[in-house]
Amino acid sequence: MLDVKDAVVRYGAITALHGISFNVEQGEIVALLGANGAGKSTTLRMLSGLHAPASGQILFEGEDVTRTKAHEFSKLGISHVPEGRRIFPQMSVEENLEMGAFNRRGSTSDDRDHMYETFPILKERRKQLGANLSGGEQQMLAIARALMARPRLLLLDEPSMGLAPMIVETIFGIIGEIRTAGTTVLVVEQNASQALRLADRGYVMENGRIVFGDLAKNLLHDERVRAVYLGESVES
Amino acid sequence: MGAFGHYLLAHLDTLKHEFWALFVGGVANGLLYGMIAVGYTLVYGVLRLINFAHSEIFMAGGFAGYFVMKALVGASAPSAFASVGLIVLGIVAGGVAGAVMAALLERVAYRTLRRRNAPRLAYLISAIGASYFLFNLAGKEFGHIAVSTPQPYINHAVFHIFGAPVLMYYIIILIAGVIMFIALDRLVAKTRLGRGIRAVAQDAETASLMGVNIDRTIAITFIVGGALGGAAGFLFAMGTGVVYTMGFVPALKAFTAAVLGGIGNLRGAMIGGLILGVFEGLCVVFVQAAYIDVVAFGILVLVLLVRPTGILGERLGRSA
Ligand SMILES: Nc1ncnc2c1ncn2[C@@H]1O[C@H](COP(=O)(O)OP(=O)(O)OP(=O)(O)O)[C@@H](O)[C@H]1O
Ligand SMILES: [Mg+2]
Repeated sequence: MLDVKDAVVRYGAITALHGISFNVEQGEIVALLGANGAGKSTTLRMLSGLHAPASGQILFEGEDVTRTKAHEFSKLGISHVPEGRRIFPQMSVEENLEMGAFNRRGSTSDDRDHMYETFPILKERRKQLGANLSGGEQQMLAIARALMARPRLLLLDEPSMGLAPMIVETIFGIIGEIRTAGTTVLVVEQNASQALRLADRGYVMENGRIVFGDLAKNLLHDERVRAVYLGESVES
Repeated sequence: MGAFGHYLLAHLDTLKHEFWALFVGGVANGLLYGMIAVGYTLVYGVLRLINFAHSEIFMAGGFAGYFVMKALVGASAPSAFASVGLIVLGIVAGGVAGAVMAALLERVAYRTLRRRNAPRLAYLISAIGASYFLFNLAGKEFGHIAVSTPQPYINHAVFHIFGAPVLMYYIIILIAGVIMFIALDRLVAKTRLGRGIRAVAQDAETASLMGVNIDRTIAITFIVGGALGGAAGFLFAMGTGVVYTMGFVPALKAFTAAVLGGIGNLRGAMIGGLILGVFEGLCVVFVQAAYIDVVAFGILVLVLLVRPTGILGERLGRSA
């Protein structure tokens, strides 16, 4: 479904991605792991057109999207839930959802109702401003907003960041449901053990490179991953 | 009682007698300031920049309306029906000229800089340069002497409030202003286009992830603000006439109004315009007319010192 080949991304003189290659297949959940500054967010930002690669190629469903602009990706079928959630603070929950469907023609009220079923708390809060939601509510809204575009590929950047363990459980449960409903998921996480239990496959990034990738269950037991990302806290 | 007491009493007496007449004139001026001010606020909302060439958008609207009136207004007084038609035509001409000028400015003076991630100062210089170029060009093409606009209607007193006459000119501004404010408010609050503008104002990058074309949205924002500024230019030209420097003072006052109401806040710009217009109108009693502009800019300095976020605070993002 998604094929990235030798992608290089630079911020001015800094090279953030030194030619990364990976792929995501239809129906998978793929986790992208790595320490702070490894280049995970940059990878997702490249995949939704926020930073065009200096070289390399990105294919989505066989189509070359290397130079596609950010605002065109939602129409193509890729939605990006950005790091830090980035809810529109002065829009209501309902308006935030409508923003997710910005480029869709026709009525989107069925989708909205569906989101309210999946995330009942959002229905309760639908008239509230985005700024007044809790972190967990904002994360749910960010995911629901991205789903309003009916993506075939969902990019999630650290959905568990700053959330209480119980809420993280809920969010990861919902990510599983999203995949079951037919949307492919590429998720960036620092919470490696959680992510790997959910994912089918994973890639590990270091200093702007993908250093290895494997089935998630293998990575969970991989010494290198356990040492660096799972620490002592993981029970397996 | 000292001399100052007498001075104050005498002037308060004048204020009592003239209040309603000054008030009505102040409201009309205030509406014009508000119509220009929303242009500053809209552009500030999406770019976080003051468009210091907005005065020339106003001027373009004034001249466009003037030329339409010059071509169409005959020697004899027009019928009521013809008056309405001519005024609407003038407003449309001013609005279109303002919108075109705003679109050009965005393309030439702003977008080129945005492409290069230029520092803020570059935009300021670019806007002031564009402004100088445009009003000097207008001076060269249309002459340096102020001319009055052929009147498409008879400016009689339509009715009186508390004995003060309300002129047709004020009624026209009131109707046009209220319609434009309501339309703009609804556009930004309720339409897809308005949501796009607010999304860019709140978080441009995330807006683009939602599918909002940022370049297009910024251009449209200039155009919408330019249309109102241009229409205001025509309304102003009907009362005061046109000259190549006509934009400078009204636009600076409208900027004051926008800051007063909270730059970036649409309703604030409208309210700030009204407050400034009325305040300035009433001040005529206390200070010589020649000093009125000093009062307006005194307010600007005061607001910037005391409450730089204005009365309603800074946010275009809000629907309200
Ligand atoms: N706008 C930017 N300008 C310059 N350098 C940047 C910019 N954004 C990121 N970088 C650099 O690029 C590298 C990769 O950053 P990125 O945000 O992709 O990391 P990350 O893996 O998402 O980290 P985190 O876990 O902290 O979110 C880092 O060295 C970072 O400092
Ligand atoms: Mg990151």
